[in-house]
Amino acid sequence: MEWIQQLINGISLGSIYALIALGYTMVYGIIKLINFAHGEVFMIGAFVGFYAIAGWGLGFFPALILSMATCAIFGVLIERIAYRRLRNATRIAALITAIGVSLLIQYTVIYARGAQVEVYPNVLANKKFDIFGVQVSSQSLLILTVSIILMIILQFIVHKTKIGKAMRAVSHDMEAARLMGINVNTTISATFAIGSSLAGAAGVFFGVYYTKIEPLMGVIPGVKAFVAAVLGGIGIIPGAMVGGMLLGIVETIVSAIGLSLWRDAAAFIILILILLFRPSGIFGKNTREKV
Amino acid sequence: MLKVDQIDVYYGNIQALKEVSLEVNEGEIVTLIGANGAGKSTLLKTLSGLLKPKKGTIQYLGDTITGKQAQSIVKAGISHVPEGRRVFANMTVEENLELGAFLRKDSKGIREDFDRVYELFPRLLERRKQLSGTLSGGEQQMLAMGRAIMARPKLLLLDEPSMGLAPLLVKTIFRIIEEINHAGTTILLVEQNAHMALSIASRAYVIETGSVMVSGPAKELQASEEIKKAYLGGL
Repeated sequence: MEWIQQLINGISLGSIYALIALGYTMVYGIIKLINFAHGEVFMIGAFVGFYAIAGWGLGFFPALILSMATCAIFGVLIERIAYRRLRNATRIAALITAIGVSLLIQYTVIYARGAQVEVYPNVLANKKFDIFGVQVSSQSLLILTVSIILMIILQFIVHKTKIGKAMRAVSHDMEAARLMGINVNTTISATFAIGSSLAGAAGVFFGVYYTKIEPLMGVIPGVKAFVAAVLGGIGIIPGAMVGGMLLGIVETIVSAIGLSLWRDAAAFIILILILLFRPSGIFGKNTREKV
Repeated sequence: MLKVDQIDVYYGNIQALKEVSLEVNEGEIVTLIGANGAGKSTLLKTLSGLLKPKKGTIQYLGDTITGKQAQSIVKAGISHVPEGRRVFANMTVEENLELGAFLRKDSKGIREDFDRVYELFPRLLERRKQLSGTLSGGEQQMLAMGRAIMARPKLLLLDEPSMGLAPLLVKTIFRIIEEINHAGTTILLVEQNAHMALSIASRAYVIETGSVMVSGPAKELQASEEIKKAYLGGL
């Protein structure tokens, strides 16, 4: 029964990666930019959640919503200030800018509040359930459930709403989308808002689950979520979900078999393997289009 | 209806259009013919707001629309069917048509136009749940035209609708263009297939390396020896 327990832990960790990976993949899908500042949005989300709970005494859900809203605005501002003017520049220029934005946010936060670690308050009672001999923590279960709900809402937005259709149209062909009367700038802003709000939620989950947060906490989960997005197929939304979950499970298994020192390496080994053998990712395919 | 006055358009430092003037009256089919790279598509892109002219003005229904955003030009009633169809391959036929009506809010009118498009192009009705990337070239052309009609345009810009299509299909497409025109939509048609274009147009402009060389009633151009030699393969 031990391994089922590990699987559940892996999926909860994976759902955090998946939420971050979604932002990477959505932004890549629409403007072909790997937004390396995305891990910092996740960090800001964790801190907003922390201050909301510890400072203002908000509960878990209000703090989650506040953090998501703040990150949405933050993501839109990053795009507006740093990336928009580079839309027609070379991709490497935008990529370097993204790294710059990432460092700027990290060190601005350190400058503003110091680099010390903060301990997340115990906002969720953590009960252990015993289901057929499997010990499941209520925290992992809640994180998993809320993540899945957020992903379902995302799928609904992308496939059924007008803004979601505009997002898909812009990601496929920006110029043709403009000919439909779609406002490309608004659509890109909406993409950043949605992707960043998911990273904000992931930040709060991370804080609750791992209890320790600090200004450089976004780096490793950010890179791992990037790996998850590539694993699933960058630009493909279900790919990011599956890639994130898989990565979480692999990491948990690697720890469980006694190789916990290799846990972080696992993600990078996966990245190397996927780039060598299937660069388009699990869900990626070279779609042939008739012309 | 549309009055283009002496526009200059550049790609970076390269001049693509030189003092191009052109007029389209309500209810007409006007065609713009010329060789590859003459500037035909550039002109349409400028009209629909994808490119901004450096000089000159564009007037539409009495308003100056020079340099306006693509979005407000669609709203004003100009729809552009781009060269190479550019359908959203990752979306279904139905979703593509929905996007054509992106700026409209009159759900009743939109439903009517869905019916109208499916009536004009019954093939699209059969395939409405299919991803548009899986359609044949002719079907994609129909979809691109249907998508533009969904905006209920007053002026329809068509860029090379016959490109890459079998002769029989070209005939069908041109018949439908005439049908759309009879139903009240003014049409500006860019074509390399000068023969077909001149046969349905009332007036024509011949464009060469970014400038209008000749213009006049389509019948006259069709009869002119010079045009025959240059654009109609000497027939």
